[in-house]
Amino acid sequence: MNWSYDSQRKNYGKALVELGKIRNDIVVLDADLSGSTRTAEFGKLFPERFFNCGIAEQNMMGTAAGLAVGGMTVFASSFAVFATGRAYDQVRQSIAYPNLNVKIVASHAGITVGGDGASHQTMEDIALMNAIPNMTVIVPADGPETYRAIKVIADRPGPCYVRMGRSDVPIVTPKDDNFQVGKASVLRDGNDVALVGTGQMVAACLEAAETLAAKGISVRVVDLSTIKPLDTITLSKAARDCGAVVTAEEHNIVSGVGTLVAAALAESYPVPMERVGMQDVFGQSGESDELMREYGMSAKEVVAAAIKVMERKK
Amino acid sequence: MGNPHPFRCFTLHDLNEKTVKELEKKAELLRRHVIRMIHAAGSGHPGGSLSSADIVTALFFEIMDHSPESGSSLDRDHFILSKGHAAPIYYAALAECGYFPTEELITLRKLHSRLQGHPSRVKTPGVEMSTGSLGQGLSVANGLALALRLQGLDRKVFCLCGDGEMAEGQIWEAAMFAAHNHLDNVICIIDRNGLQIDGRTEEVMALEPLGDKWKSFGWNVLFMDGNDMWQVLDTIGMAMEHSGSPTVIVAKTVKGKGVSFMENNVGFHGKAPDEKEYEQAMRELGGSA
Repeated sequence: MNWSYDSQRKNYGKALVELGKIRNDIVVLDADLSGSTRTAEFGKLFPERFFNCGIAEQNMMGTAAGLAVGGMTVFASSFAVFATGRAYDQVRQSIAYPNLNVKIVASHAGITVGGDGASHQTMEDIALMNAIPNMTVIVPADGPETYRAIKVIADRPGPCYVRMGRSDVPIVTPKDDNFQVGKASVLRDGNDVALVGTGQMVAACLEAAETLAAKGISVRVVDLSTIKPLDTITLSKAARDCGAVVTAEEHNIVSGVGTLVAAALAESYPVPMERVGMQDVFGQSGESDELMREYGMSAKEVVAAAIKVMERKK
Repeated sequence: MGNPHPFRCFTLHDLNEKTVKELEKKAELLRRHVIRMIHAAGSGHPGGSLSSADIVTALFFEIMDHSPESGSSLDRDHFILSKGHAAPIYYAALAECGYFPTEELITLRKLHSRLQGHPSRVKTPGVEMSTGSLGQGLSVANGLALALRLQGLDRKVFCLCGDGEMAEGQIWEAAMFAAHNHLDNVICIIDRNGLQIDGRTEEVMALEPLGDKWKSFGWNVLFMDGNDMWQVLDTIGMAMEHSGSPTVIVAKTVKGKGVSFMENNVGFHGKAPDEKEYEQAMRELGGSA
């Protein structure tokens, strides 16, 4: 498809700077990755409200918590694997349990980190953050949605995790899209099968929808940008209208977004489902695109899953 | 702050024998609360509450400017209990300061109680931060100290740590951070009672020379007998006057202080007294069961 591309990280950095200009309570922390997470621009403009914590993610999360106790709105950034894994206990104990106003905005999530290999490719961050009470979990589909999401969560008290990728990703959301926490958006309407994508897999779903449409299949594509709270209304409506659902995520299918959607639909409107994502294995080094193909997370696999799930419809 | 409250900022010349005597009696009262609470709960950590009782008393009844009325304000002094298992002494101090009724103390650890086994910011009036997973309090104190500085508030953040939790890596990450950012409004007090669950700290994971470690991390280091009220007041007073770097006070204390059979007895790190022990403990602390 003829996409235009944009960076989620760049949009995060841009939103932070805009927030910093109008709000004195915005404080940003990073752990020696400010160039990559794009918090550096905020740091340059507002050095008194930017703290580089060095390579010490646990202390960064605790410090973020303390700043929030002191009335600040805190953004803490690192790579997703470190922000959620290395500092898991600090996020749980010092941020989520006391319900503090800390936004953990992490970049380089998933396998598209690429060459760094499995040590840096988190496939479990959504599961980790989603399992913590009080935590809101957001996975924007593209750059503009990241920008909108950051602006929205800055006004919304409480702990929040936002997942971003490394690569530039296709712009899939409409310009006038109105991001709301807990609201999935239908990017394409149809009633034979619903493709529920999250993060950059939304683009793969839209691409798959084109292929399926050429075969005469009417496809609904849902951008599931909030993982918690889950938009069960939009999901069960998609299940009811289409009778078959495919989920697609750049994350382990074990305890991932597909698992959550399956649980929600089992309780509301059970239909045949297929889950596209990492098949409970660690990744490896490679280019982003080739890794997505290698591990079965391209439009091709979404198409195959859609055909398979439709065969299971009664 | 404008609003009248019974607590005042400490200055050396305020100190007189009467004040110290009153504080010692207050510490004994808090110790009795601790024993009563843990006995009623049937579980809890008496050792580390008793060892830090004098420090907590000095902070809450003499040194810190705070009150229940200013509870949600930032323009007050602040306290983070990094050694969250000493929750009973914290609750006893808060209750005696009027944050909640003292009658509530015996609900410790009970279902639906506001007094959780470890401090919870969302449940207990006066508790500023949830703690319990060790090694995390100092980072929080640093963050709070930064927030105060950003808002131009000349206030102190006191962080009470255990000595056992010095083994947590995050403590040293936080130590670096505070020195790097010249957080002289952070005062960390280490309850150096020398014992942790599995035995003596020097046998489980040696900490000495503890003061030198902090000094090498760029901190102003002070020492005191943490069970001597004069020294506690005097030393914390000195810490408050220091500027340019954060201060740590290594407070030598006796675990289980005040109850003969609990003193230096690692068995009472996390065990409630039985009926007979309870009665004896209360007698030794100048009260009745």
